[in-house]
Amino acid sequence: MLDFIIKRLLQVILVVFLALTAVFFLIRLSGDPTALFLPPDAPREQIEEYRELLGFNRPLQDQYADFMVNAVQGDFGESLRSQEDALQLVIDRLPATFQLAIAALILSLVIAIPLGVLSAYKRNSFFDRIGVGLTVLGQAVPNFWLGLILIFFFAAQLKLLPTGGGGTLVHLILPTITLATYSIARFTRFTRSSMLDILRKDYIRTAKASGVPTFPLVARFALKNSLIPIITLIALDLGTLLGGAVITEVVFAWPGIGRLLMQSLMNRDFPIVLAAVFIIALIYAIINFIADILYAYVNPQIRVK
Amino acid sequence: MSANLEKAFHNEPAAKIKSKKESSIYRFFANLFRSWTGTLGFIIILGLLFISIFGPWITPYDPLYADFSKKLLPPMTDGHLLGTDQLGRDILSRIIVGARVSVIIGVLTVVIAGIFGTVVGIISGYFRGWVDVVLMRIVDVQLSFPFILLVLVINAIIGAGLRNIIISLAIGGWVIFARMIRSEVLALREKEFITACVATGVSRFEILFRHILPNLFTPLIILASLQIGTFIIAEASVSFLGFGVQPPEPAWGNMLNEGKDYIFSSWWLITFPGIAIIIAALGVNLFGDWLRDTLDPELKGE
Repeated sequence: MLDFIIKRLLQVILVVFLALTAVFFLIRLSGDPTALFLPPDAPREQIEEYRELLGFNRPLQDQYADFMVNAVQGDFGESLRSQEDALQLVIDRLPATFQLAIAALILSLVIAIPLGVLSAYKRNSFFDRIGVGLTVLGQAVPNFWLGLILIFFFAAQLKLLPTGGGGTLVHLILPTITLATYSIARFTRFTRSSMLDILRKDYIRTAKASGVPTFPLVARFALKNSLIPIITLIALDLGTLLGGAVITEVVFAWPGIGRLLMQSLMNRDFPIVLAAVFIIALIYAIINFIADILYAYVNPQIRVK
Repeated sequence: MSANLEKAFHNEPAAKIKSKKESSIYRFFANLFRSWTGTLGFIIILGLLFISIFGPWITPYDPLYADFSKKLLPPMTDGHLLGTDQLGRDILSRIIVGARVSVIIGVLTVVIAGIFGTVVGIISGYFRGWVDVVLMRIVDVQLSFPFILLVLVINAIIGAGLRNIIISLAIGGWVIFARMIRSEVLALREKEFITACVATGVSRFEILFRHILPNLFTPLIILASLQIGTFIIAEASVSFLGFGVQPPEPAWGNMLNEGKDYIFSSWWLITFPGIAIIIAALGVNLFGDWLRDTLDPELKGE
């Protein structure tokens, strides 16, 4: 088990390292951003001076080596616009993104698991068909569009909820629903098929035949076992949630990492972009790492491999 | 193409059938029409293809023509079925022309990502060794970064535009194909008929091209059909965020981006392009689901 954990930890480091390397070179190959900070008629000397100040005139491998050495120490440089520490700016936005992602995760689990279980238990019933139909639809709706529609109904028309911004619980409602929809569809679909597999098993039939009532049968025997694959899916979807959070944050002006990343991409403020990529890759890799460990814990076959 | 489709749709002995080609098409439709969701998906896809090919000739108005005296007209006024936008352009015409962007992006991205992923998957799965280790490590690393964020970051850095959004989506999407094709190849290698080929001295390349490649067609077509929807939605998201396809060229995503500022006054600007995206994604997904259930019954349900 320890071997397994160490191996996976090394992979986390590799993932973050490669993600940073790829984005670093992509950025440098796309040209240096100094021109954006100076007026179009800036004299040549001034451009050169600026490039030297920011270090864009040095050989690429030197820039890369410097960047990596500093990055390892948590120094991603300063924002090209505000001269604040890039990593600190990103970390300050972290709680807001977590708040949104976790709220969406909880909402989707609370809705999807009962829905999936009921759908599987009442297979092919009217309820099941409606459920399956909604999950198919849910996967075809772009979440930013759903966000716009929710804003239109609840903020613009009914004036019940704010259109955007952060801070209070009220601000959290619409972004959470927006972000959760896709996960609800996926979790419901997955819980249903996972439950269907378990309900076909012999021990369930035996329990049924020996007179175990419906509720304990489903809750204690079937659900418990079908949760194992669901754990992996949750971990995988947390990444999707983080990705979706970026777009949702932009729609609702939610002050998280996603919105910061978007603004920095627009402004070509690359130290912040790199710091944000670093944090996102790190979080995603750690989530996957935890999921793998959990999975190996509940399913010993994996550890041996 | 037909080898696997035929296998899936043929139940009768070949002798009873007049012409092989005719009958496999007949079986395809007989099978399709038995599932109403598959039929619906198929009809939506046909409709999308039709308007993306003939779009410029069937729009009621010029999708780029701005008329400020007619701006923000609600639906069903002055002959504008879905209303006009903030510049007085006809929304229906823009949605029709925008379909072409979605179809081109969906199809081209799947083709590019599919070919690249398939080549990598075959190299990895068939030749194994250190190449496999390196390639799969790259795949793992890329899969550990959220797809939509990857596409967004790449597109923002290399620049907007139709060509660049296709490149960004293909870079984000090839890994799924590579991983799936690799596992298919690994499974095929263990099959008796491949062992038989090796035993009778068939060359490695003949095995690859004559026996492995044809068997990859079915899983590939299933995955491709399911990925098109993902790519269409991803393009819309990126264009909505201000990258991707740039105005004035109408794409559903950038129409939503322009329309979001009028959310308080003019609901039709954000409603109809969104519905277009949903119909397109739903159509491709329904057809893909049906294809998977028909060609690969083992996967049914998930």
